[in-house]
Amino acid sequence: MELAAAQELNSRIPPAPDFALKCPVPVEAPPAHGLSHLEALESESIHILREVAAECRTPALLFSGGKDSIVLLRLAEKAFRPGKFPFPLLHIDTGHNFPEVIAFRDHRAQQLGERLVVRSVEDSIREGKVVLSSPTQSRNAFQSVTLLDAIAEFGFDACIGGARRDEEKARAKERIFSFRDEFGQWDPKNQRPELWDLYNTRVRPGENIRVFPISNWTELDVWQYIAREGLEIPSIYYAHRREVIRRNGQLVPLTDLTPPRAGERVETASVRFRTVGDLTCTCPVESTAATVPDIIAETAATRITERGATRMDDQTSEASMELRKKEGYF
Amino acid sequence: MCAPERIEFSHGELLRFITAGSVDDGKSTLIGRLLHDSKSIFEDQLTAVERSSRRRGLPALDLSLLTDGLQAEREQGITIDVAYRYFATPRRKFIIADTPGHEQYTRNMVTGASTANLAIILVDARRGVLTQSRRHAYLASLVGIPHLVVAVNKMDLVGYSQEVFDRIRAEFGAFAQGLDLRNVIYVPISALHGDMVVERGDNLPWYPGSPLLEILETIEIDHDINLDDFRFPVQWVCRPGTPEHHDFRGYMGRIESGSIRAGDQVTVLPSGRSTRVAEIATHDGPLGEAFAPQSVTLLLQDHIDISRGDMIVKGGDSPRFAREFAAMVCWLSEQPLDPRRKYLVKHTTRTVKAILSQPGFRVDINTLARDTGAQTLGMNDIGELRVRVPQPLVVDRYADNRATGSFIVIDETSNNTVAAGMIL
Repeated sequence: MELAAAQELNSRIPPAPDFALKCPVPVEAPPAHGLSHLEALESESIHILREVAAECRTPALLFSGGKDSIVLLRLAEKAFRPGKFPFPLLHIDTGHNFPEVIAFRDHRAQQLGERLVVRSVEDSIREGKVVLSSPTQSRNAFQSVTLLDAIAEFGFDACIGGARRDEEKARAKERIFSFRDEFGQWDPKNQRPELWDLYNTRVRPGENIRVFPISNWTELDVWQYIAREGLEIPSIYYAHRREVIRRNGQLVPLTDLTPPRAGERVETASVRFRTVGDLTCTCPVESTAATVPDIIAETAATRITERGATRMDDQTSEASMELRKKEGYF
Repeated sequence: MCAPERIEFSHGELLRFITAGSVDDGKSTLIGRLLHDSKSIFEDQLTAVERSSRRRGLPALDLSLLTDGLQAEREQGITIDVAYRYFATPRRKFIIADTPGHEQYTRNMVTGASTANLAIILVDARRGVLTQSRRHAYLASLVGIPHLVVAVNKMDLVGYSQEVFDRIRAEFGAFAQGLDLRNVIYVPISALHGDMVVERGDNLPWYPGSPLLEILETIEIDHDINLDDFRFPVQWVCRPGTPEHHDFRGYMGRIESGSIRAGDQVTVLPSGRSTRVAEIATHDGPLGEAFAPQSVTLLLQDHIDISRGDMIVKGGDSPRFAREFAAMVCWLSEQPLDPRRKYLVKHTTRTVKAILSQPGFRVDINTLARDTGAQTLGMNDIGELRVRVPQPLVVDRYADNRATGSFIVIDETSNNTVAAGMIL
């Protein structure tokens, strides 16, 4: 994205008012019989998790080691402890994940004493179910194939994921309980109406639902919750020095899979990741945030969306996410 | 002075609202204005909107493109469904259910309205109160939205005339009197120019009230939930059976209304057995008192057979046991109501088979006239009918309790959600 163009565009809209001028008084604490917005979101998510557990036969919780699924795990603890989780954790490993994140995934699953199932895109490639056009091609979209295979293998009728509606336009229109047909496809024009907190969890054999308990959370809510709960996160979420290449307004991390192109210069910058997906399509942002409060301050001040800053694959077309979802993506 | 960071550390409440009105009323512009002026629009989103606006040959930035999410919508220039938007100010966090004003408005508006604290109904100052405005107000009252804000938009096009505003207010007020609306607020705005949206502006000095955003930030929502009658539908029974939690038996769920203290006497329905609350447990430790809408775990003093679908209530409060009840129903499916068929009804955490009667009447939502001759209900129809279930449900009137007075109807064959019901 051309920053200059965006700035020019921005300047044509009257400047947003400064809230600092509007609030000379401190923000009051919520009244005794009211929940703060984080408490309200938390309670809603716990309610959703319990509904899935109670109504679905064989659910699984998708855990990647990323911040959103880290929050999901804490919510699952709040929903089910002192009991065990009524579902295994499932990770669809592209084989192109950041090692810090994979290490964290295993550490966290062990710490919780919960069962972790890993299915890998590598295996799907070996079995000929995924054919790559080049060895370094992004495997992000191919997770759908492996996911659908895992769903068939275990007979999962519900997969709980950490997607949020503020991430992306297609997600803004997706239900919390999102029905998928036997090919895993999402049909945006034919979604079940979702009213009150009465979720329709019914599926036929072979079909499944994706459940997004933190649909109504924003990136900022997630960070505030991580701070409030003191949650551990993979180190690459914090600012660190890393070799990167500047490309199309994004910082591409230098890895074996993402080498510099002709004429590109490798530089070292202080960066952190806002999302941790497949490393062929996930970019860090420049940052000096060394703590969660630092990250919250940066998140609050940022002028670029999470996916806009960090995902190469969402920039290819306006409908990238929608198309992937129709193919069975999370 | 408060630092700008304060925006981010808001611990204010959550307000959910819907916007009703068509594109012509300036709905997208208003949402764009709220998002923009609360700094919730990002540069890359603006760039994408700019790119799309340019590609379509539009002369100016079309903020409605921010809210039109799906490829099919962009291709056809329509909005298919409810989209959710988020923004925050230092005082509150907001969730907007953005519902299209035209196609399937009833289905979409009822869906978006079901969880809303507040509805903004947009009225075009030049056109006044239209059939559509009445329809929106009726739906808001039907779904029991506690607060209604009538935003008279495009005041700039009527010379910011107080007379026009007063006339619309009187007209809307006369109509609203016939509806069960608790709190109606009128505000003149120009979404395009920003008057009385976030800032007061200089053009409406005669208006004594608050700008729209301030209304959203300060309107009292504590009492939107019924705080009197304790209702706790059991979602999940936790029996870890581990050595350290050998005797733990916790009833997990969300308090849908009212509040509870450790030691309170409670009754489990439908069995009618009574006991006391031994502990209100959470993962963060026990609570002395808990209230709606908290998700908690109740430990009871006596071992009573309790399972999902049971409802725990406080000593004196008595909901109704009903094997048959009347309800207002909004039909959501292309397949019309068939009184000969069996459906499933999901009410709180209990799903049962049900037979729905022919409608007693169908409401013409344009005139609010009751058509008693209706044989069935089709998509977007609203009507009154009777629901029969094999085992009694523990119900409240929707007017008394949104959580225990609502249900959805599921088609057993297609598994689709075909209707939304509100118990009378």
